[in-house]
Formats: sequence, structure tokens, C-alpha cells
Amino acid sequence: MSPATRAGAAASPGGRRRPVLRVDPIACDGRGICAELLPELVTLDDWGFPVVDGRPVPRELARLARRAVAACPTLALRLEHEHEHEHELS
Amino acid sequence: MSPRAAALAAADAPRDRDGAMPATGLPRVLATASSGPGLVAHLAAHGALPAFSATRRAEHPLVDLVEQSGLTGRGGAGFPTARKLAAVARARGDTVVVANATEAEPVSAKDKVLCRLAPHLVLDGVQLAAEAVGATRAVLVAHPTVSGVLGAAIAERARHGLGGVRPEIVDAATHFVAGEESAVVNWVDHGRSVPTGSRHRPHERGVGGRPTLVNNVETLAHLALVARHGAAWFRALGTETEPGTLLVTARGAVANPGVYEAAIGSRVDDVVGAAGGHVATPLAYLVGGYFGTWIGTEGREVAFSRQGLAPLGASVGAGLLLAVPTSCCGVVETARLARYLAGQSAGQCGPCVFGLRAIADEVGLLARRELASDGTARLRRWLGEVDGRGACAHPDGVARLVRSALAVFDDEVQRHVNRRCSAPRPEQSALGLPVT
Ligand SMILES: Cc1cc2nc3c(=O)[nH]c(=O)nc-3n(C[C@H](O)[C@H](O)[C@H](O)COP(=O)(O)O)c2cc1C
Ligand code: SF4
Ligand code: SF4
Repeated sequence: MSPATRAGAAASPGGRRRPVLRVDPIACDGRGICAELLPELVTLDDWGFPVVDGRPVPRELARLARRAVAACPTLALRLEHEHEHEHELS
Repeated sequence: MSPRAAALAAADAPRDRDGAMPATGLPRVLATASSGPGLVAHLAAHGALPAFSATRRAEHPLVDLVEQSGLTGRGGAGFPTARKLAAVARARGDTVVVANATEAEPVSAKDKVLCRLAPHLVLDGVQLAAEAVGATRAVLVAHPTVSGVLGAAIAERARHGLGGVRPEIVDAATHFVAGEESAVVNWVDHGRSVPTGSRHRPHERGVGGRPTLVNNVETLAHLALVARHGAAWFRALGTETEPGTLLVTARGAVANPGVYEAAIGSRVDDVVGAAGGHVATPLAYLVGGYFGTWIGTEGREVAFSRQGLAPLGASVGAGLLLAVPTSCCGVVETARLARYLAGQSAGQCGPCVFGLRAIADEVGLLARRELASDGTARLRRWLGEVDGRGACAHPDGVARLVRSALAVFDDEVQRHVNRRCSAPRPEQSALGLPVT
């Protein structure tokens, strides 16, 4: 796992945290709309299920990423900020 | 085969005046192995539970004591127990304790043997953990073969007026992933024994939506001894980084397959020795479980501990050590495991359902010496692709297992690619799985 993935979200130069894309594998039905809309960050595996780039979404792709999230028919694709999936025990 | 219990070190070590265990004696959690599972024998072996006084639950002294003891989880992941206790104790509102005795893995027997031989030690642990986190509810999720003995022990305690929250018993579901913590919580709440993939871990939102401490029953049994004898006593056995003892299910080509209690740091060979030694020349060992890692025979000399096994890419997992003899084929055995594990997917996540099936098919082709001549490249790519892509760690475990087979049995893999196999009896299995 890259440090960026572990951190979940990274601070952009402006200080704001950029979100990461995540897939809920239980909800996802693998029709691959996300990979069509956002090939820069989502590829499909040999069985048609999405593999997302775990790094923070680059600013220039943020709008496209939001569109892919909105288009996911099962609400499986999400944009998450660090605190939303921060469940490690302290 | 009925699991036998014994201790790695002499079970008849002298006891001190109070009848309590000697400072460095083994067995610890299996101390009542020969005296029976009743409350009287339990109290004679271990003494009564100490009373703790805490002003606020977030400051319960047991949390500090467990921290000093260095106790880690015995359910597979080895997580520091004190950190979980502290997280739940700090939470607001009602909390819940869940004791995990699911042990759905078919070859593992240590939790069942513990519950049968020392149910009161497990219940002491549940009681103490509930006290430490201020739980108003305690649930024992137990493999159906041991829920009876635990229920009897709970009734016996009630008759003797022993205090604490009275634990409920829930028969566990018995398919492979049913023991994963979110699946256990889901089972208790909704009768669905599949992982939820929830972003909230049980210590944040567990049973009934409340902060929930989920611990393996062996972890709780050790906790009950830490509470009685203290951290220094606990650390008198084991290693600096992994103190204490652990239960090992030793199986395969050993003389006396069974459950043994060993000081952490004992070598793989010592554990095999406790199980009566090899009955055939070993080819390799499966450690951790079906979902574990293969290690070669050079692993005989290393400690059966996280630290000892780490250089071999392995871990103790839930304490399984399975010796496979040279009559068997490591590739064929791995194909059986992969097929079994693919069939145990809870069927919720695409990469797990389809990926594990494809991986099992591919390893099956390799075992039958029918894999295309481009060898294992595609299989290796798939192992990378399923890793981390399920809602639980099931696909990761399968990927690790198959990867370790490709490394440990690399010569045999190459032979299979060349349509040969060096094992005299590849149809034999040491794994206790149906031969396919
Ligand atoms: C597929 C899978 C199966 C598991 N089965 C069990 C089990 O049968 N018993 C158990 O105690 N833990 C099992 N675990 C681990 C639990 O999720 C959890 O980590 C454990 O109960 C925590 O207790 P501990 O901290 O005392 O080890 C399993 C984990 C996975 C991923
Ligand atoms: S669009 Fe949604 S459901 Fe479809 S493949 Fe992508 S994440 Fe899965
Ligand atoms: S990864 Fe597999 S076993 Fe785990 S929840 Fe998903 S489908 Fe079930």
C-alpha cells in the first residue's frame, strides 16, 4: 500500500484535503459505468469489476470523479475524506 | 479424530502452597485439562477472581494491567488487547462484549478444546472484559459443538451466585467466514453471518449499534489469568514482544494430532515434538490455518511466533500447524485448499466470487498438469488483483496462501508446468479436505 493510500486523503498545496475514490465491493454490481466515465482513475479487472486508483483524486479530475460517483447505479462508488474511513484504533 | 489436549511442558509441574500455578508453569489456560470443566476444579486451579475498583470505567485498572502484560489477540490478527479494551471503555453509552468462539475453520480445534476444558476461565474473561468496558450485555458466539458446555457453565455460576452480566449464548454459523468480526456482529443482530464491510469497526458500532468489544475466547482466557496473577507473571513465559502462551492445533502427519499449549517462542519442531513427532518425513508445513501460509522444512528451527515466522512470510494466525508429508504433493494440496476457500466466499463481492473461482480453477489446472505453457503468469496477476478488494480479508488470505505455495513449492510448480509431478501419492491429502 502506498503512503498516499494509507493516509486516505492528502493535503493539496492549498491546504484543503483531496478525497480518494472507493468502491463498496458488496454494493458494486460490476457493470463498469465508472470505468467508462473515468478511465483515468478506474480500470476493470478480468471479471468486469472496478479497480480504483487509491491516490487522492487530482484536482483536474475532481469534477469527472463526482460525475462518476453520481452515475453509479448502486451507490457503490464513493468519494471519501480521511475522517470518513478513519477507523483505526488509536 | 477427537482433539487431544496436552501441554508442551510438563503438566505435572509442582504447584505452590496455595494450590495456585507456579510462576513459570505450563499449562496455563489448559490447567484444568485433567481435573474437569466444573467450577470447583476451576477455582482450585486458578483461585477466585480478584475484585477491581474503578471510579470511572475509562480508568478501569484492568486496562492498564492488560497493557503491561502485552497480551495480543489470539483470533488471528494479533491485535493488542488493551487498545481495544480502552477504545470501548472510552466510548459513550451502553457497550457490549462479544466472545468469539466461532472457530469455523474445519481443521482448527483450539477454541473448541479450550471451551470444553476450561469454560469457566473463558467466562471469567467475559465477566472481566464486561466489567472493564462497562458492558450491559455479553454475548458468547460459540461453535454449536461447545455451546452446551458453555451454557452449563453459565448456569453453574448462576447457582453459585457468581456476579457479573449473565452472558447470552448464540450458536455460531459454521461456514468459513462466519467468524470474521463484522459477520459475528451481523449474525447476533440480524441472523446473517456474512461480513458487512462496514466502515465502522465493532468498537465504534457493533451489536445493536453500540460500541462492542469483540475478542477471541482464548484471548479472554489469558485475560482472566492476567487479572489474577499480573503482568510480570504473564511475561514469565513467551518473548519480549509476544509474551505468554498460545494454543496450537497441531495436525497432519504427526503422531498425536491435537491441541497443545506452548510458550510463545517455542520452535516449530518443539510443537511437532509435543504432538508426538513426525510420522513421515515432512515436505512442508501449513501454518496459521487454511488461510495461512506454507513454509518449507527450514521453518522447523524457527519460533512458532509472529516474529519467528515473519522472515518466512508467515504468521501464527489462529495457531494452526499442519505437517504435510513428502508422499503428498504441495501443488495438489494447494489446489484443494483454493477450491475449498473459493467455495467459502460469502458471495457478496465480485472480485471474491469470480476472482477466487478463477484462481482455484487455475491452480486446479496446474495440479492436474494441464496449465498452458505460459505457466503461472496469469495466476500471479490474479493474485495481485483480488488482494484487498473484498469487504473482508477473505480474498487476501487466499492470495497469500497461493502465493506462498508458488514460492515454497516452486520446483514442483515448474515440474507441473512441464507435465510432471514428483510426489509418490499425490492423491493423498494431509489437510482433512475432500480429495478432488
Ligand atoms: C475470514 C475470517 C474468519 C475469522 N474467523 C474467526 C474465528 O472463527 N474466531 C475468531 O476469534 N476470530 C476470527 N477472525 C478474526 C476476527 O475478525 C477478530 O479479529 C477476532 O475475533 C478478534 O479477537 P482477538 O483480538 O481477541 O483476536 C476471522 C477473521 C477473518 C477475516
Ligand atoms: S458504476 Fe458502481 S456498480 Fe458499476 S462498476 Fe462502477 S462502482 Fe460498481
Ligand atoms: S470478500 Fe468474499 S467473503 Fe468477504 S464479504 Fe466479500 S464476498 Fe464475502
